[in-house]
Amino acid sequence: MAKVPVQFTLNGSEKAEFIDSGTTLLNALRDKIGDTSPKGGCQQGTCGACSVIVDGELRLSCLTLAETCNGTAITTTSGLAEGGVLHPLQRAFLDTFATQCGFCTPGMIMAAKVLLDHTPNPSRDEVVEALSGNICRCTGYEPIIQAVLTAARANSQNAA
Amino acid sequence: MALALQTFATVRDANAALKAQGTRYLGGGTLVVRAANEGDVAVSGLVRLTDPALSAIAVAAGKIRIGASVTMAAVARHPELGALAKAARAVGGPAVRNMATVGGNLFAPAPYGDFAVALLALDATITTDDGELPIEAFLSGRDSSRAIVTSVGFTLPKADGFRFLKVSRIKPKGVSVLSIAAVIEQAADGTVSSARIALGCMADRPVRAKAAEEALKGKTLDRNGIAPALAAAAEGTTPITDPIASAWYRAEVLPVHLGRLLLS
Repeated sequence: MAKVPVQFTLNGSEKAEFIDSGTTLLNALRDKIGDTSPKGGCQQGTCGACSVIVDGELRLSCLTLAETCNGTAITTTSGLAEGGVLHPLQRAFLDTFATQCGFCTPGMIMAAKVLLDHTPNPSRDEVVEALSGNICRCTGYEPIIQAVLTAARANSQNAA
Repeated sequence: MALALQTFATVRDANAALKAQGTRYLGGGTLVVRAANEGDVAVSGLVRLTDPALSAIAVAAGKIRIGASVTMAAVARHPELGALAKAARAVGGPAVRNMATVGGNLFAPAPYGDFAVALLALDATITTDDGELPIEAFLSGRDSSRAIVTSVGFTLPKADGFRFLKVSRIKPKGVSVLSIAAVIEQAADGTVSSARIALGCMADRPVRAKAAEEALKGKTLDRNGIAPALAAAAEGTTPITDPIASAWYRAEVLPVHLGRLLLS
């Protein structure tokens, strides 16, 4: 099958690849570009482990075809740390023990980042709603909710 | 497995390409890419459209027209579609709502398709290049429907006229046990002058509770008034059995939830 070109910005740097038509964004990121931070969990849109941010919106990369992302700006968890310093969300996930096996964590962090980008000081209910498409089988969710609220507080203190 | 994706600018060209065997239309991807990921070998090619008209929401004089590519998230945040926000937010989690489209929801098999339940209660009209169809006729023929849905249209109900309820076991997001949408009009004395009630998960696709609608006419929305409608609620339904609930359970709890919706 003929390869098709795709081009997008991934975590601020330009990427261009030739892929098989119909390749999911998840497979393009992991297998072609080498960004393994989005995880392939259910491949059904149920678990949220593959969540990435496309042009500011949370999306499931396992159900998104890479070709439909031409010209977009994509953010993944691997692009959050700057100069070796973790993003406040990543820091908070570590500090509050919100990650155990870690498989759901990149998807959780993407969902939380979209929330904090639009709602810097979310209520607990808003955090629960924002994470409602992401499944975690280890933590029981409570430490994850606390991590997002902690990161939000850290953000507002920095801004003040 | 690789799927050849073809992109078109016009509905006519996309409809022509869809005639090839094994070709499916790609909206948000939450149904068709999911099927492909699951190993559905019947899907070998995908067609998508970039026509911006399919992503438009038009509100004029109480008439709503929503393009088929409009996402659940776009419906939920639209200032003039507040009445429908609850139904749009009932679909999936945030990421699914950023992807799942109004057109795609019309084809979602139970237990999915909560928004189509709302559209059925609203007596929406479904538009394709072949013309317009009432939603009831569209849903019953959807398995053999080949023309791309371009938009749905309906009249916005009066304030509080539209009611929607989704029952799920996991909060705030979970697959439907069942969903109910109702458009109830009341006369000046409070009695019901007309009722359209649509049910999700009570068949393989959204269906109307016609016996309950009839039983509500002329009644008041109180415990005694709605009793005959609740007794008739499951009449003619064939609920699905899935890991969320059995057909028996769905039929048992339907009157309870319909009662809550009507008394709310």
